[in-house]
Amino acid sequence: MDKVIYLDNNATTKVDERVAAKMMPYLTERYGNPSSIHSFGGSVMPDIEDARRAVANLIGANFRNKDNCATEILFTSCGTESDNAAIMSAIATQEGRKKIVTSKVEHPAILSKCKELARLGYTVSYIGVDNRGRLDMEELKREIDNDTAIVSIMWANNEIGNIYPVEEIAELAHAKGALFHTDAVQAVGKVPIDMSKNSIDFLSLSGHKLHAPKGIGVLYIRRGVRFRPLIVGGHQELGRRAGTENTASIIALGEACKIAAAQVAEEVKLLSSMRDKLEAELLKRIPKIRINGDLDSRLPNTSSISFEYIEGESILMLLDIFRICASSGSACTTGSLEPSHVLRAMGLPYTAAHGTIRFSFSRYNTMEEVDTVLEKLPPIISRLREISPYWSEK
Amino acid sequence: MWNYNKDVMDHFLNPRNVGEVENADGVGEVGNMSCGDALKFTFKLDENGRIAEAKFKTFGCASAIASSSALTELVKGMTLEEAAKVTNQDIVKILGELPEEKMHCSVMGMEALQAAIADYRGESLADNEEHDGQIICKCFGVTDSTIKNVAKTNNLHKASEITNYCKAGGACGACIDKIQEILDDMWQAPENQELARDAGSFDKLSIVQKIMKIQEIIDREIKPLLEKDGGSLELVDLRGNLVLVRLQGRCASCPASNVTLKNTVEEKLKEFLSPELKVENC
Repeated sequence: MDKVIYLDNNATTKVDERVAAKMMPYLTERYGNPSSIHSFGGSVMPDIEDARRAVANLIGANFRNKDNCATEILFTSCGTESDNAAIMSAIATQEGRKKIVTSKVEHPAILSKCKELARLGYTVSYIGVDNRGRLDMEELKREIDNDTAIVSIMWANNEIGNIYPVEEIAELAHAKGALFHTDAVQAVGKVPIDMSKNSIDFLSLSGHKLHAPKGIGVLYIRRGVRFRPLIVGGHQELGRRAGTENTASIIALGEACKIAAAQVAEEVKLLSSMRDKLEAELLKRIPKIRINGDLDSRLPNTSSISFEYIEGESILMLLDIFRICASSGSACTTGSLEPSHVLRAMGLPYTAAHGTIRFSFSRYNTMEEVDTVLEKLPPIISRLREISPYWSEK
Repeated sequence: MWNYNKDVMDHFLNPRNVGEVENADGVGEVGNMSCGDALKFTFKLDENGRIAEAKFKTFGCASAIASSSALTELVKGMTLEEAAKVTNQDIVKILGELPEEKMHCSVMGMEALQAAIADYRGESLADNEEHDGQIICKCFGVTDSTIKNVAKTNNLHKASEITNYCKAGGACGACIDKIQEILDDMWQAPENQELARDAGSFDKLSIVQKIMKIQEIIDREIKPLLEKDGGSLELVDLRGNLVLVRLQGRCASCPASNVTLKNTVEEKLKEFLSPELKVENC
């Protein structure tokens, strides 16, 4: 069978072999509970703290204060948990404020939570985007008011890769006394992040998007920001997130962050060179396609391309024959009947929205793989267009 | 990921009869780009009034292309009277099966065929009772008569099933309650009582036929649900109206197995076969 060409790294990534090697002993040998009194278990705790330091380093957070009793890095089970925890804490610690401001292009981890809170009586304001997916900053400024508990805007969008001006938005939120959260799940490791240089209160990140395993996430909580735990129980994570530590995955995330910090600059170059070649060549070889998103401000690894007059699932299934993995913003792949909420928010014409494919790169991709896609994809597109009743009319 | 079977994949990868029949006798176009799928079906009759040539062009997912391809194979050689009776289930039969969420692709095939026949006969679709009616789902432009038609052909009772079969209610969701109301009214109408269930006929079946019917419902409706959670069940015996089953896999050890038994297994058997049936685990 042909080798898999994995261009779906915004969905999840391969665990780096160095990361896997580092975590393994914590599954089979050093499996003790870090909270135990005996040294077999207790000796794992310093390794967890080492991992915490690595995460803090990657994003410029404070690891520990001098009393060793406060950290800005909270380990959670995933990006979704981090997102939920931030929102729930913000509304719990600011009881008088009943409004949440977010965007129409957030991940479901935020949107579904907001929908639920709307049912409980909170006002939710969803900021719109333009046809390039850029936030309407004027609307955002108008919507943040003295009743706003939290503003949550993603650092980078998972479908189109747009990077949003979160540092600026954090200031806007604070001017009205609101907290600011950002879902940075797609941004961490792909863009420089330095929390010591901004005023963002909460930031979510996820291990499996940066070559650590699934099932581990982080919520960054700025020192001094009040926090109400989402999960209560034992005293783990300084009482802010109960549940026995996911030791092996925490160690893995620490290692993944060390690797990311060491090679982020180099990686950005590699990722964008592959992405740019793919886009430039496809534009040359296939008529009637469009590149979506904010071309001036987007992730180096993400490419959202609309192939007009055909449907995304068919494209993906034909790519799958060549073991090329991508994903689509079209309806059919998920069983939903409408194109993705992001493409709809952008007002992408239906001719394009249904035929939108996302390619997302990682450090494991190569130029040879890009060449294979460039060879295989154009015939797939023409084949489907020949079947399409709309193509012949054009 | 969709688990398309071999036949669906074959029709998707090697679609039959792609294109447009020249000087077609009938042309049927359904769906549109905003809906996410569309089909243009054309046919030509031979001197005996049978469909000699049928071709399609489809914008849509793999199952839409496969359904269209299957449709063209299915209707070749049919008279228009025969073709007019083709339902989406006939298309599904050629493909073996389609995922529930993709059943609307087979319905699109049936609708394109009907539209092409109407075109040949010089009828506008609005003259046709089946296509008349009030728009219920504004997002996808689905009328109450289409909803009723699809529900009857495929024995659908829930609004969510209607969404799978003709998309109605699948976008903004504002019409879901209305769809359920239409279904409830329709199935409660006296003339549909018999269609609604094989209840009367089920009681008259021999015990072997009953067991076969129950097995069919278990395989088709119940097992796929349980398998999602890593469970399964087998039919052990039928004593009067008491169906004895054995829960397997995760279901066997699940503390909520009784709920599964009553809410899933028994409900499905009641829905499809007879309200008298009871289920017990043994």
